[in-house]
Amino acid sequence: MTNVLQPIGAAVLNGLEQIGRIALFALEAIALAFRRPFYVRLIGRQLIDIGYYSLPVVGLTAIFTGMVLVLQSYTGFSRFNAESAIPNVVVISLTRELGPVLAGLMVAGRIGAAMAAEIGTMRVTEQIDALSTLSTNPIKYLVVPRLIAGLISLPFLVAIADIIGVFGGYVIAVYKLGFNSAVYLRNTIDFVTDLDVVSGLVKAAVFGFVITLMGCYQGYHSRGGAQGVGAATTNAVVSASIMILVLNYFLTEVFFSR
Amino acid sequence: MTAAPKIAVAGLHKSFGAKKVLRGVDLSVGTGESVVVIGGSGSGKSVLIKCILGLLRPEGGSILVDGQETVGLTGRDREKMRRPFGMLFQGSALFDSLPVWENVAFGLIQGERMPRRQAKEIALNKLAAVGLEAPVGELYPAELSGGMQKRVALARAIAKEPAVIFFDEPTTGLDPIMSDVINKLIVKCVRDLGATAVSITHDMVSARHIADRIAMIHEGRIVWSGPAAEIDNSGNPYVDQFIHGRAEGPISMPVRSL
Repeated sequence: MTNVLQPIGAAVLNGLEQIGRIALFALEAIALAFRRPFYVRLIGRQLIDIGYYSLPVVGLTAIFTGMVLVLQSYTGFSRFNAESAIPNVVVISLTRELGPVLAGLMVAGRIGAAMAAEIGTMRVTEQIDALSTLSTNPIKYLVVPRLIAGLISLPFLVAIADIIGVFGGYVIAVYKLGFNSAVYLRNTIDFVTDLDVVSGLVKAAVFGFVITLMGCYQGYHSRGGAQGVGAATTNAVVSASIMILVLNYFLTEVFFSR
Repeated sequence: MTAAPKIAVAGLHKSFGAKKVLRGVDLSVGTGESVVVIGGSGSGKSVLIKCILGLLRPEGGSILVDGQETVGLTGRDREKMRRPFGMLFQGSALFDSLPVWENVAFGLIQGERMPRRQAKEIALNKLAAVGLEAPVGELYPAELSGGMQKRVALARAIAKEPAVIFFDEPTTGLDPIMSDVINKLIVKCVRDLGATAVSITHDMVSARHIADRIAMIHEGRIVWSGPAAEIDNSGNPYVDQFIHGRAEGPISMPVRSL
């Protein structure tokens, strides 16, 4: 019996230990974020990397998601003569769920991986040790600017994704399915509430933090040369993606279940 | 050698998992002295240096720097203790995202909050001291040869004019001529700064060149230490085997026949 239970117990303990380590890492970074010096330049560079250069990927994801959403809901809703609900469904699903989750997943693939690879390479080539010997706290220098930039840029990306997604849906509805343009826009704007948008942006901020945290954590703790860096990169993307999906559920519960 | 040693290591223990790397190292380094620790691969040389620098946390023993205990220091105390230290890493560990001059000036700009222009001037001076001209300062580390990278790393290690400089395998991977250049530069820099130097190497040419005193580490303990001039008549079988590079002797490398 113990032979069966032992590996399960070991895996659970290992998992809990990991969670504890990640939490301590995050707390250390947060504490350091409020201590001088503030690396404004580095934050700026990361904002450009995470925010600006992710725009094409996130924009493409959003526009096609909006388009397919209209197409699918039309085939379903037309059976019940409920086509007029399509604009509401599209705008609510985009702002509440699809915008933050899909943008988060795309950015996790793009940024989380890049961060883990860069910081992981710095670890295995002793550049992180070198930072310490040059009177620079490596967590403060490498991790804090990335976390701040992730926290700030994801809400902006998601706001843009929301707009592009709704626009994609509008184009298909009006030019392919023959909706009246003014009515479609009216229905979209009348039905979306502040809470829909705000909840999506809060989610985005949380996801931005999680993506950069996992990228930095996995990279920072990578060992064993090229293979270690490869594993760190994979772990960063996988763990960030899973955390996005799990946290998405709990955040939704916080905002909408009462 | 003065009465109070600059660095006094006593009974230092460090293991990684079940593998005991340091098993009670005792080593003292006088102010202004140049000590070279020799030993085979995997004998714990690098771990010893990293423990002294506080990059690794030993399980037992004490490390006194200027008579102050440094084992167990954290946060700001650790940063303060590390400030008078400089380190030349085995793989140079240059920051590949920064141009050469910023690498050299890094400790001055980030650690001591020096204005960039002033720091650049000092950086170019240090580059000149290791035989690199100003235009090299604008290049990136990836554009330099291994020997040039090593010289930049040396310039970075001495930029803050540290009281103690650590050299981790300074000549590994360099051709014999470049090795000689680096050895001469190390001797010159250490002398010009009046610094204390701790080096680790398995290159005997380099060790004879740099050292005032040589200590041999084997299986996590210092097995011999004495003035560099006496290395040839140490009477110690480990040292004899090492300096003559014999496969047979008390240091055995178990090899199975094919």
